[in-house]
Amino acid sequence: MSFYLLAGVFALFVLFLYGPMGTIIVLSFQGSQGGLTFPMDGVSTFWFSKLMEGVGVVDIWAAFRRSIRLGLIVMLLTVVFSVAAGLAFRKRFLGAGTLFYVVVASLIVPSIVVSLGIGLEFRLIDDQVRAVGGSLGVTSIVEDYTTSMGLFTSALGAHLTWTLPFGLLIMFAVFNRFDKSYEEAARDLGASDWQSFRHVVLPIIAPSLIGVALFGFTLSYDELARSSQAAGDLNTLPLELQGLTTTVTTPEIYALGTVTTGVSFTVILLALGLVLWLRRRRERHGTDAGQGMV
Amino acid sequence: MRSHRPTVAYLQAAPLALVFLLFFVVPLVLTVIVSVWDYNEYQIIPDFTFNNYREIFEGCIADLPALCVTFKTYWSTVKYGFLVWLCTLVIGFTIAYFLAFHVRTLTVQIVLFLICTIPFWTSNVIRMISWIPLLGRNGLVNDALLGLGLVSERQEWLLFSGFSVVLAFVHLYTLFMIVPIFNSMMRIDRTLLEAANDAGASGWQTLTNVVIPLCKPGITIGSIFVITIVMGDFITIGVMGGQQIASIGKVIQVEMSYLQFPAAAANAVILLAVVLMIIYAMTRLVDIRKEL
Repeated sequence: MSFYLLAGVFALFVLFLYGPMGTIIVLSFQGSQGGLTFPMDGVSTFWFSKLMEGVGVVDIWAAFRRSIRLGLIVMLLTVVFSVAAGLAFRKRFLGAGTLFYVVVASLIVPSIVVSLGIGLEFRLIDDQVRAVGGSLGVTSIVEDYTTSMGLFTSALGAHLTWTLPFGLLIMFAVFNRFDKSYEEAARDLGASDWQSFRHVVLPIIAPSLIGVALFGFTLSYDELARSSQAAGDLNTLPLELQGLTTTVTTPEIYALGTVTTGVSFTVILLALGLVLWLRRRRERHGTDAGQGMV
Repeated sequence: MRSHRPTVAYLQAAPLALVFLLFFVVPLVLTVIVSVWDYNEYQIIPDFTFNNYREIFEGCIADLPALCVTFKTYWSTVKYGFLVWLCTLVIGFTIAYFLAFHVRTLTVQIVLFLICTIPFWTSNVIRMISWIPLLGRNGLVNDALLGLGLVSERQEWLLFSGFSVVLAFVHLYTLFMIVPIFNSMMRIDRTLLEAANDAGASGWQTLTNVVIPLCKPGITIGSIFVITIVMGDFITIGVMGGQQIASIGKVIQVEMSYLQFPAAAANAVILLAVVLMIIYAMTRLVDIRKEL
């Protein structure tokens, strides 16, 4: 009895999660005379073709490309840094506790505070550069220097403070459940540290790394709060989107929403598919070693 | 575990440590420093003054019991924090309970869990504006209410209001409750539930006397996430509140846009202090590291 009640609640929750998203996907195919709400005035791809031409003065496609590029870099760094740090935390080192608390703190310190801090930091760096350039009389700095803030400096850092805690926490969960005897076996067989990592540890943790990569890309691609004061002159896609919510009053914004959601879903499905594929492969290639004699 | 070579551990931790030093620790320290600096319309000036703080609390004590702007803003933010916390806790606990105790196979559990998680990997702004066709003046909810004869005219309070702000927060962040509570529930030894049952406890008694106490760590972690997100928010409150509702985050953002960095920094320091006090009160109850 309580099962059906709770299952009903769960179904409603899923509807609550996906329903609104579904409506804007439907409405993005609104006819050319249609508005932001139902009823549909026919079905067309008018708003998508309008979107292809760009949204007003904003070069939305440039922002789109920037966000994807940044997302990929954040993804790569998140995976590499998280795995390395995850390995480090398995050993004892001075400051491990402090580092762990700093990482967790980054997750719960309000994003606006982090963003403001990074913005300030880069402004102060700019002031220093200008002052030094001026006193040394370097004309290129005095005349042309604008700012050190940018997508691949301040915004990249801001994104990493958001994605790395997730990456590290996942690595903690992975290594807490990791059976050390596999590594010991490798070492007994004469594998070096690197060999046992490359041929034993890495294949075992690979599916989790895809999870870390998924967090890295999607959280960066959609990141808004931490980029807000730290993006520099060029905006990321979510920043442009936030601006558009107040200016665009046509289904064009739904079309844009459908496109970015499409990108997110493609990445998510790709990652999940990859995890499944790795599992299947492991089952196929796995030996019966360790299964006992029976 | 080769403890005779600790250098490797330092090298492995270094990239991560460097990122958080450069983009988290130093920025926070600079924020505290700049919060006591002076500024004018053109620049920020190194100084040591508490004027920025004084201005934030100008007249706040004298005006009591009437609330000054700062206190009003905090009160409003705390109010949203409490409402969102309550909603996400009830919904998140129920969903986690269903997943942990009523779904029997691991595969189904993983699939249902993923269904809850996938929206978290999509754009928050899009998820916010996706409420417009539902809650707007000509939206589906109004159509339904009119059609059912529950209201006689179209309702304006559904969108760009306190209601839509809370709704959007719950929509966006219930996951932050589900994950840690689910994690706690999965660690509960099932034989305890049987024992409670054998000892004659009703389902409700088992829930309140066994499950909820054992879920306390998860509840605490989820609560910390949700409350800190709402306390520092300026985007959801901005977009869903029609830019009409005040929040600390928004105050900071506006000051930044007017280049009043020291004032923004002072506000950020106060916000941080408030949030840390809330977290401190909650972490007295749980050791986060044991929960992974």
